[in-house]
Amino acid sequence: MSIGLEHYLWVGAILFVLGVSGIMLNRKNVIIILMSIEMILLGVNINLVAFSAFLHDLTGQVLAMFVLTVAAAEAAIGLAILVLYFRNRGTIAVDDVHQMKG
Amino acid sequence: MLPIVLLAPLVAAIVAGFGRDALGATVAKAVTTLTVIGCALLSWILFAAQVDAPVHETVKLMDWFTSGDLNVAWSIRFDTLTAVMLVVVTSVAALVHLYSWGYMAEDPDQPRFFAYLSLFTFAMLALVTADNLVQLFFGWEGVGLASYLLIGFWYYKPSANAAAIKAFVVNRVGDFGFALGIFGAYLLFGTVQITPILAQAAAMHGTTIMFLGAPVDALTCVCLLLFLGACGKSAQLGLHTWLPDAMEGPTPVSALIHAATMVTAGVFLVCRMSPLFEAAPYALTVVTYVGAATALMAATVGTVQTDIKRVIAYSTMSQLGYMFFAAGVSAYGAAMFHLFTHAFFKALLFLGAGSVIHAMHHEQDMKFYGGLRKAIPFTFVVMLIGTLAITGVIPFAGYFSKDATLEAAFARGTEAGYVAFVCGSLAALLTSFYSWRLILLTFAGKPRWAGSENIAHAHGDHGADAHAPAAEGTTDSAHAAVDTHGVPDGTGGYHPHESPPSMLIPLALLALGAVFAGWLGHALFTDPERAARFWNGAIVFAPARYAAIEAVPAWVSMIPTGAWALGLLIALNSYVWNPDIPASFAQTWRGLYQFLVHKWYFDELYDTVFLKPAFAIGRLFWRGDKQAIDAAGADGMAKLVTGASVGARAFQSGYLATYALVMLVGVAAAASWLMFRGI
Amino acid sequence: MDVHAFVFYLLAFIVCGSGAAVILARNPVHSVLWLILAFFNAAGLFLLLGAEFLAMIMVIVYVGAVAVLFLFVVMMLDIDFASLRSGMAKYLPFGLVLIAVLTVEFLLSVGAWTFAGSTTAMRAGPILGTAPTNTQALGALIYTHYAFVFSGAGLVLLTALIGAIVLTHRQRGDVRRQDMGDQGARTPRNAIDVVKVRSGEGVVL
Repeated sequence: MSIGLEHYLWVGAILFVLGVSGIMLNRKNVIIILMSIEMILLGVNINLVAFSAFLHDLTGQVLAMFVLTVAAAEAAIGLAILVLYFRNRGTIAVDDVHQMKG
Repeated sequence: MLPIVLLAPLVAAIVAGFGRDALGATVAKAVTTLTVIGCALLSWILFAAQVDAPVHETVKLMDWFTSGDLNVAWSIRFDTLTAVMLVVVTSVAALVHLYSWGYMAEDPDQPRFFAYLSLFTFAMLALVTADNLVQLFFGWEGVGLASYLLIGFWYYKPSANAAAIKAFVVNRVGDFGFALGIFGAYLLFGTVQITPILAQAAAMHGTTIMFLGAPVDALTCVCLLLFLGACGKSAQLGLHTWLPDAMEGPTPVSALIHAATMVTAGVFLVCRMSPLFEAAPYALTVVTYVGAATALMAATVGTVQTDIKRVIAYSTMSQLGYMFFAAGVSAYGAAMFHLFTHAFFKALLFLGAGSVIHAMHHEQDMKFYGGLRKAIPFTFVVMLIGTLAITGVIPFAGYFSKDATLEAAFARGTEAGYVAFVCGSLAALLTSFYSWRLILLTFAGKPRWAGSENIAHAHGDHGADAHAPAAEGTTDSAHAAVDTHGVPDGTGGYHPHESPPSMLIPLALLALGAVFAGWLGHALFTDPERAARFWNGAIVFAPARYAAIEAVPAWVSMIPTGAWALGLLIALNSYVWNPDIPASFAQTWRGLYQFLVHKWYFDELYDTVFLKPAFAIGRLFWRGDKQAIDAAGADGMAKLVTGASVGARAFQSGYLATYALVMLVGVAAAASWLMFRGI
Repeated sequence: MDVHAFVFYLLAFIVCGSGAAVILARNPVHSVLWLILAFFNAAGLFLLLGAEFLAMIMVIVYVGAVAVLFLFVVMMLDIDFASLRSGMAKYLPFGLVLIAVLTVEFLLSVGAWTFAGSTTAMRAGPILGTAPTNTQALGALIYTHYAFVFSGAGLVLLTALIGAIVLTHRQRGDVRRQDMGDQGARTPRNAIDVVKVRSGEGVVL
């Protein structure tokens, strides 16, 4: 059967949902959260590129490239913060990150 | 001249009260004393003029207020009754002012005291010169206020505070009745001015008002309400509980307010409104019974008191009963006559007691007196004169006036009159007994004051050393007081000395009054023709009635004399010849003795019936206020805010996962809404 | 079925599987490795779609830089496995419901739709039939129409660079550092002592 646009959209959706649930449902450590964010962005990228391919419009890919750039930058900063946090607190378990408790 | 007499004491009070820091104590005291002495002289001049040619005039000072149809003005009514009261009030006030120079000499707050005394004088004068009932009520309340201030003068003593409040509250009950009476009078007569009310009184006889569906005689109702006010002020049975406790105030206060002037305001009211009372015979009967009961009850309680001032206080209450039942049998002239003489000898007795207390360094318990006639002879003589007057020994003042009241009761011929006569005679017997008991305990016998704490303090103050109090057992021979046989006497080394002249002069003047007032005044007040001309319509005066008084059987007029003689004998027997009789009486008749010592348990009764429920209701409302209103309102709102914020805080858990979840929920909700809103 | 479909399903399946494994793995190093696998397979999907430049960039940047960075950090942080709490949050049932809702909505959104009529006219960077390679086409587009955006992306990267360094920089006490302010503020008076020395005597410093 021919693979249509919706197949790719499905994949993007599943990745997106997985990423979101990774943020929400994880109790292990904060790195999982950062990786889940990467997964979300990956899902979005797939979505963009799929549309670009099927619409024969290159804009999607350009956007996907910039998303990539920003994702990389954000991963770097996020990890820097994580390292700093670990240096100060000694733990990165999610449950322990609650100093902003109201 | 009248406005000066009325207003000068007020000015003096204000000057002394507010200017006491600027002027200094002596100036303040001098201002008030001289002012009141001046007023007294003016009052005597007015009185003398009134004796010659009685007038009845009204002097309007200024308008007070207008409310609808009611116009009330400040105006002075001057007639014979006013003149008599002016003399009584200002004379006693002047002498008390003078007396206080000596009595209160060591007190740090003298200007305040004198200011209050002058304020009281002003209020009492406003009361007796009032031309309308509202102004009378103003004076009424004013003397209540001054009484509160003066009873509680030593405000750092809790007992004085309590007594002042008690006086005010009990008076308030009476004042409530009085106010209702004024409303009733306005309702019936359309005015509160006294002259029109009295003029229309006879015509209103028999009118009724509807109360709860039944017709009630209107005038009786009004008179009973006014009498309720009089009961409060004059400490008649039922509203009397404040008078003995009012002895917490300094003795000059007791003399001025609770002997001569404020307590007589009730009698004055009844006499002033005599035409009104004459038109309500049922009310007069009530007055008679209440007066008789009071006279007897107070006399019984006075026999067992040990505090010298309380004995005299109950004596006052008893004599007021006499005045009331005399008024109740329509002998207003006799009532006023007794008021007049009573002012003198009761003030004399109080001020004399004050002299004794002063000499005994503020010891008031007669247990610690004895043998004082050698130490303070002048006081002894004046107290003796006062006692002779009050017990009705001829020709002293009390003889004439007391006899007049008793004979009036008898001559009336009604059942109430006979009851009053019997009660009054018994009371006269008891009066004689406790009055002589006072004299004997205080002045006769051997000194007994060694065990007194006040004396011990005096000894410590006056002595050069400070050894332990209670001289029994003192081994220091230099200070142990021994009589010539080497046996320690009961003086504890303390020797009372006579009071200063500022205290003795008023005593002397009052003693003159106690001796001569009756003899000089009885024709003026109660003689059928002479008095009719004198009173000149100020009070209801029926010459026939007074002629009947003079025509009573001889045995009736002998009863008071017999009463005082018998009372003297019993007193001598119990306190001089067989001194263990009182103790054995207390033992044998223990129940009766306790009943009398506890003042017929009135205080306990009122406590149970009124005070405890009132406090319980107050606590109930306080609880309701705190738990219901505060909880729903002020505190409830605060708790609501706090609770809401605590709940809101749960959102800020600090957990990333929770935040993410919340975001996800929001996203899902938004997406769902967007997707399905078209459906 | 044809090869295209088979490859697609294979790649898609592995992507989704490794995505799930990322969040389910107990060991964080394993999570990173699963992420790398996911990236690879996503790159494969891109290839299928004809965006080979993007696919290679993904491999180089994502796998080669980002994922390696993750691995570095995971290993550097010396996480204690024993104390890692396993198991999902207590919101799991609720979370699953929510996920399900989201998924259903995605499903519905891809269910019945068509392209709008004007899409063809709205193409911003149309791919023509005889296009050069994907790379050349992208380059032609980016460096002309999206040049500013490209520079902006560069700035973003610069900021991230500076930020990462600033955040994690640590002052080390035992390392000698230059303080240019101090160096510039030196004056001859502070730095030089002119001493007249007599021969043979030496100098005390």
